[in-house]
Amino acid sequence: MSETKGRMLKVSILRYDPNIKDDKPRMETYEIEEAPGMTLFIALNDIRQHQDNSLKFDFVCRAGICGSCSMLVNGKPTLACRALTSKMDPEISLAPLPVFELIGDLSINTGKWMSGMNERLETWIHKEEGKAEHSIDRLEEKMDPDLSDEIYELDRCVECGCCVAGCGTIVMRENFVGAVGMNKIARYSLDPRDERTDDDYYDLVGDEDGVFGCMSLLGCEDSCPKDLPLQSKIAYLRRKMVSLKDK
Amino acid sequence: MDTHLNRVEEIKIEQGVKKSRTPARLDYAQSATGLFLALFMWAHMMLVSSILLGEEMMYKVTKLLEGEPILGESYPILVTLTAIFIFTIFITHAAIAIRKFPGSWKEYRLYRAHMKRMKHGDTNLWFYQVMTGFVMFFLGSVHLFIIMTNPADIGPYASADRIVSEWMWPVYILLLLAVEFHGSIGLYRLAVKWGWFEGKDAKKSRKKLKMYKWFITFFFLTLGFLSLAAYIKIGLAQIDADKVGSRYIPQSSIEKGVH
Repeated sequence: MSETKGRMLKVSILRYDPNIKDDKPRMETYEIEEAPGMTLFIALNDIRQHQDNSLKFDFVCRAGICGSCSMLVNGKPTLACRALTSKMDPEISLAPLPVFELIGDLSINTGKWMSGMNERLETWIHKEEGKAEHSIDRLEEKMDPDLSDEIYELDRCVECGCCVAGCGTIVMRENFVGAVGMNKIARYSLDPRDERTDDDYYDLVGDEDGVFGCMSLLGCEDSCPKDLPLQSKIAYLRRKMVSLKDK
Repeated sequence: MDTHLNRVEEIKIEQGVKKSRTPARLDYAQSATGLFLALFMWAHMMLVSSILLGEEMMYKVTKLLEGEPILGESYPILVTLTAIFIFTIFITHAAIAIRKFPGSWKEYRLYRAHMKRMKHGDTNLWFYQVMTGFVMFFLGSVHLFIIMTNPADIGPYASADRIVSEWMWPVYILLLLAVEFHGSIGLYRLAVKWGWFEGKDAKKSRKKLKMYKWFITFFFLTLGFLSLAAYIKIGLAQIDADKVGSRYIPQSSIEKGVH
């Protein structure tokens, strides 16, 4: 590794804690020397350790799996642990994701929003009551590997909230379910173990807070750090929901 | 959490505890009317731009649309009927699409701030669609009403007079820009919205669709402005020759010595 000095990065962070009385939103800029392979996760920890221990931000896995460190990097939602500083200009601006409840500085409560969404859309396997035996000893039925791959592909969602923060619709209309929710409905509708019918799914997303509220801005598709096929799945769900016949 | 099925204002006795199918129908109808209007505008531009092939060609096109080759003589009422039909689709599309507009200053402000933050192409394109759609409420209506009520006054000289002497050129310049941007963005959005031409790699297909979209915008704007320039040239010549209000006399009649 070369001993040459790295670039000096200027990291400007939107600081504000709504829980501190009389706290005022402000941008604070920290200078830090870039290290090889540096991510924003490393940079922020360095800043907190050496410059300002009051800085609030969330991290758990630092490997793009937990979805905790989502934030606006130069205005775009992304995971800080996967954001290499070498791919950015030396002046970097960071802000918390919009839409979600602000805990303080870069820390937001995605968990609260996501659990609300999951309850609303009932994102779990539904069995018809009385029909299925609920026994953990019973062997699961075999599933076609292609189908299981397809389901797994959608299950890679880590609920980081980037698609929500990148969505122009949800920014205006907070009750909109967002791509994360529609992706989940698409996932369960593919799963043969879930016995819900398309009519049941219609009751969950068949309105303007659901799939018909989506304006196809594709901010979700372009913000998803896991590269989920959100555009395709929303289109799939829309076609499916529109093709339902009247009861 | 609110799923609307727990809200009394959403309840209809005959419907039971089921969500209304109307949102699905509205979404479908918005896309269908939009697709129809966008494709109609392609055909419309082809007809209008016949002026680039000469006054005689444009005259023949107008007579064709008035049914002359089939019915023996021209019936401008056909133009009125077509305009009424298009106007109806146009109003329907506007009525359905307006539900997506920012509905308050708060929504407008939030969207604008989001645009500024994200610098995201498709997010910006949607806002242009809202703006051009808003412009067309007025300019599109003016144009359609004039055509509806003056169906016989379409022709190389009549149209040129309308554009120059009757001051429609500012309307048409703005309307042309609005239509071409709105239509091509709308077609692109229809494709990504319903998953048309998605193929195996949706990201790749989207890039291609976006390229086609810009090509279509450029092509129709070029054709539109060239045609408008041709009409303006004729309109100015009409003024110079003190012939404003005169009608084009087809070559065929002159040859036959009818006039």
